[in-house]
Amino acid sequence: MRFSPTPEQQQLGDMVQRFFAEQYGFGARRKILDSREGWSREIWTKMAELGLLSLQVPEEQGGLSPAVVETLFTATATGRAMLLEPWISSAVIATVLIRELGSAQQREEMLAPLAAGERIAVPAHFEPLSRYDLRRVATSARRSGRNWTLRGRKSVVLHAPAADLLLVSARSSGAADEISGISLFAVPREGPGVALSPYRTLDGVCAADVELSDASGTLVGVEGAAFPAIASAFDQGLAARCAEAVGALQAALDATVEYTKTRQQFGVPIGTFQALQHRMADMLIHVEQARSMSYLAAMRAADPSARERRRALSAAKVVIGNACRFVGQEAVQLHGGMGVTDETAVSHLFRRLTALEMALGDTAHHLEQFVAATALAEGT
Amino acid sequence: MDLSFTGEELAFREEVRAFLEASVPAETRRAVLEGLEVSRDDTVRWQQILHRRGWGGPNWPKEFAGTGWDPVRQYIFEEESAAAGAPRLLPFGLKMVGPVIMRFGNAAQQKRFLPRILSGEDWWAQGYSEPGSGSDLASLKTRADRRDGHYLVNGQKTWITLAQHANWIFCLVRTDPAVKKQAGISFLLVDMKSRGVTVRPITLLDGSQEVNEVWFEDVEVPFENLVGDENSGWTYAKFLLGHERTNIAGVGASKRELARLKRIASEERKDGKPLLADPGFAARVAQVEIDLMALEITNLRVLAAEADRRAPGAEASLLKIKGTQIQQAISELMMHAAGPLALPLRRGATEDVPGARSAAPSHAARLGATYLNLRKTSIYGGSNEIQKNIIAQTILGL
Repeated sequence: MRFSPTPEQQQLGDMVQRFFAEQYGFGARRKILDSREGWSREIWTKMAELGLLSLQVPEEQGGLSPAVVETLFTATATGRAMLLEPWISSAVIATVLIRELGSAQQREEMLAPLAAGERIAVPAHFEPLSRYDLRRVATSARRSGRNWTLRGRKSVVLHAPAADLLLVSARSSGAADEISGISLFAVPREGPGVALSPYRTLDGVCAADVELSDASGTLVGVEGAAFPAIASAFDQGLAARCAEAVGALQAALDATVEYTKTRQQFGVPIGTFQALQHRMADMLIHVEQARSMSYLAAMRAADPSARERRRALSAAKVVIGNACRFVGQEAVQLHGGMGVTDETAVSHLFRRLTALEMALGDTAHHLEQFVAATALAEGT
Repeated sequence: MDLSFTGEELAFREEVRAFLEASVPAETRRAVLEGLEVSRDDTVRWQQILHRRGWGGPNWPKEFAGTGWDPVRQYIFEEESAAAGAPRLLPFGLKMVGPVIMRFGNAAQQKRFLPRILSGEDWWAQGYSEPGSGSDLASLKTRADRRDGHYLVNGQKTWITLAQHANWIFCLVRTDPAVKKQAGISFLLVDMKSRGVTVRPITLLDGSQEVNEVWFEDVEVPFENLVGDENSGWTYAKFLLGHERTNIAGVGASKRELARLKRIASEERKDGKPLLADPGFAARVAQVEIDLMALEITNLRVLAAEADRRAPGAEASLLKIKGTQIQQAISELMMHAAGPLALPLRRGATEDVPGARSAAPSHAARLGATYLNLRKTSIYGGSNEIQKNIIAQTILGL
């Protein structure tokens, strides 16, 4: 039982925090947010230079995988910074997908450009009818020569407008919620038959719905057998999003404490009022419980036991989802009128926390998942 | 960073488990696991058994004949003890007055009192609260005035847990009424058999007599029973609170009670099916289980920080708040699991009339009473509101 990181891990954590503190302050982020693309190629290149895009790349391709603690620290730092760049989509989920499913040649060809920041890949998995169910894939795949033809719709594909490559799940056999029959395909974003309807999500991230009408894709992995790797990649993405949430939660608490220490009413700082102090104490309890679960999620994200993995990750998302909601709402309330303006950091944090609560399954979804995994484990 | 126990820690857990399995008396085990009353004799006997094994002081250093276990081993011991149905060790000697005497007592006091705590010969009570001094403890009024060769103690303490069994009580008393309230308090050890000490039980909402008023009328206490310096008692009291709260999360006991909740909810039926299969009820149980998982890790984080020689901090307040919320939530769910059968108020299986048959399953016997009783947890040991004040001031700097 050890909670302290190694000196090297600590060093990386400090370095990432410093990087975002210096390069990604509220004003700098604001400029990126207001830009046409909604993300910064310059920041992305610097993140590559710091090695942050190769944490999940295998050693053979020059990366650091598994880098569990490094990924945890980086994700927490991106949460505090409210990052707009596709770090979890590309450097975690898509990288894990290629690492787990790709042939030796595909790994060699695809991972290096991702790690170098030259190319961006994002998963295009969820569909209008899938809600949070990873198995529910209706997009169809048909073989045509060496390539495959894909038809279907993918919804709320985060960072799709920034991506060079979409990693599209589609089925060549089986019913819409069957595990077998799902494959993964690499589809160039600008390829024929790929149409994006771009927008921003409520927390400012660029995203799109993707219409695939006989789009051409390259199979990554074995036909019909991609589901376990997809589940694993999204579980690692879920662990990263949990850690990201902890960074945003801590930032929201810090901002609130700071604000109530400076804001004066009735001749005193409002932070001296016990009614407000107790609410901030409750926020702190949520943040610390969330931090504990972000550790558990990171440590169990690749657990070989599917049940243990499910129990740990869903439990983590329940605690963190509850925290996102409570801390986000309280942070806005304690900022008073300033909390509902666009100009304060806290309203941006609230938006990110709201999106995080719903990311990869909301609290109710994961509570259900936890119940199911626990009942299986206990045989009831 | 590694959330798994080391090989040595796992081996230690096995050793503890084997010992508990062989050593917890069967009737004690049954009482603990079924939520029945644990008697004074059960508690003392268990302390004696542990003492013979050399484990009488799980949280004490070797210097004072304790186990010298690190915080993680103490945690494992508590968790396994709870799961095995061992009675809770009395905190008043082991976790409260013991550490204070070790740190601030003189050699004679250490020699006189510490071995008797380990052996179970002394049962200590905590004399802190007074009718007018609850959360504002420093306002206490019980006086100790210097006379020839002794203090003369007068006043009233209240909420004294299990004082009816105690032969010693440690008290905060006022020795200087002229100075700032915190600066005039001393830490005094009082023999309960002294002339002028009266114990009056307080009946609680579940019918139990767990706490008492203790009155002091011209009680003579020798100077040698003063711990540390006169008028420094507040410092010792704060030191004690830090120790008391560190293990207050009660994770081991809550895990045991959660398992019991699941057993009860699997036996109870709703629409002919196990209540635990009802999605609404299952979700409520799952939410508590998940909160407990998080608390366990938070608790281990705090213990790890302690092991790194950082003193117990205000994080203990977080553990107290969350730990008691979970204890209360589990007992509430157990009562609701039994439904209407939890309404009959019976204090224990011992009160069952021979031959009389109850319609309720035996597990329902004390669920209502326990729910009522556990409301105390968010009030005692520094109410949860006081803990939030500590968090706001100490951690958040408000």
